[in-house]
Amino acid sequence: MAENFISRGFVSKRRVDDAAHKERIPPGQYETRDFPVLSAGPTPQTQLDRWTFSINGEIAEGLKLTWNEFLQLPSESITVDIHCVTKWTKLDTKWKGVAVETLLEKIDLEGNAEIKHLIAYAKGGYTTNIPLTDVLNKNAWVVYEYDGKPLTPEHGGPARLLVPHLYFWKSAKWIESFKLVKEDRPGFWESAGYHNYGDPWKEQRYAGD
Amino acid sequence: MSQLKWQFTTLVEAKWETPTVKTLVLDAPAWTGHKAGQHVDIRLTAEDGYQAQRSYSIASAPDDKNLSLTVERIEDGEVSPYLTDVLQTGERLELRGPIGGYFVWNSDQKKNNSQPLLLIAGGSGFVPLMAMIRHRANVGDNTPTRVLYSARSDEEIINREELEELASKDSALEIIYTLTRKQPKHWKGYHRRIDRQMIGEVAWTMKDNPLAFICGPTALVESAANLLQEIEYKSENIKTERFGPTGG
Repeated sequence: MAENFISRGFVSKRRVDDAAHKERIPPGQYETRDFPVLSAGPTPQTQLDRWTFSINGEIAEGLKLTWNEFLQLPSESITVDIHCVTKWTKLDTKWKGVAVETLLEKIDLEGNAEIKHLIAYAKGGYTTNIPLTDVLNKNAWVVYEYDGKPLTPEHGGPARLLVPHLYFWKSAKWIESFKLVKEDRPGFWESAGYHNYGDPWKEQRYAGD
Repeated sequence: MSQLKWQFTTLVEAKWETPTVKTLVLDAPAWTGHKAGQHVDIRLTAEDGYQAQRSYSIASAPDDKNLSLTVERIEDGEVSPYLTDVLQTGERLELRGPIGGYFVWNSDQKKNNSQPLLLIAGGSGFVPLMAMIRHRANVGDNTPTRVLYSARSDEEIINREELEELASKDSALEIIYTLTRKQPKHWKGYHRRIDRQMIGEVAWTMKDNPLAFICGPTALVESAANLLQEIEYKSENIKTERFGPTGG
């Protein structure tokens, strides 16, 4: 804003003065030690023997994996900070899962150079869109363990997407498939006024930010 | 889509609803309107430039004169104690919105058979549902509506007088309370957490083609949504808004 507005009498109780720590909290966020749950609808329950994960879209040949096949894939343990658009940031969250790159290696992407976007589909109808370069060059996983334990349904279990460099709505819970497409398609929140990309460090919360 | 710009509002009136919940009535000249169920982001700025943001549900209906927020004071919160204890009438408050396009309800007079509403609230999760109830009343919508409101005690029920006044004039609006911790003498209503039997007694059945909105603490929302699925509600019949213990 043009003028220097001050909220008279506002003194923060939560501010972080430790510089190294502060560097990890994006603008407008605050640190939480809890793990809040945010979903637009009920939490689906999934039986593992009926769970599948597939990759499809504008590609010659897709992929479909059962739970057991998925667990056979090389996994990674990761510790990352996560940032929810509702303002909380949680530091050093520990996950185990399969890198999206590992999953996409099973697809002939070189023969599909025009594919530019990944649309994540979740049980219950939730969708979210991510540029393909983000999941290839940066870090994204399909995770099935949190803090050493199987991922619980309210946090997206049996498996969820984890894209920690974007606001957490991009990390779709209850992941079922990836659709690889040429043209971008805004997902559930991206069609409801939220930012299409969602970089927490640029504070891209809402459309136009 | 155009940018959601930060705007100044002025506090014109503040009223304690319960010992810990306060309604802030704002003069918001740049406000362009909202839908019942949406929220705003509030931004506070300290003298040295430090800023804190939090989201709050809008309590007023789109058709009310003023924008109002109903805020629960969280004891160790960063923003809510400022809003309830420090901010004075006549002072400015910076916010932007409206935010959220899914947990919303719009009166649709053109539809003959609009979906009956089931509004389930836990504690201050009642606020966005009250905006829906006010909107429904303002436009004279007679959509059959049942409200199941879980509060710890009767003194923690927000907007009780207004709610009961609306219900007394409107046979299509039913209010059902459950008081989970402390009940007044001679209380005849529910006095336990929402459970299967209560949902069975209160909820519309699927053949009514209902629309449920559930807002409250995570545990209540999870449990109520699961119980509705047990009576065959589909995910498109259930809209939820959860808040954890860390609000602000």
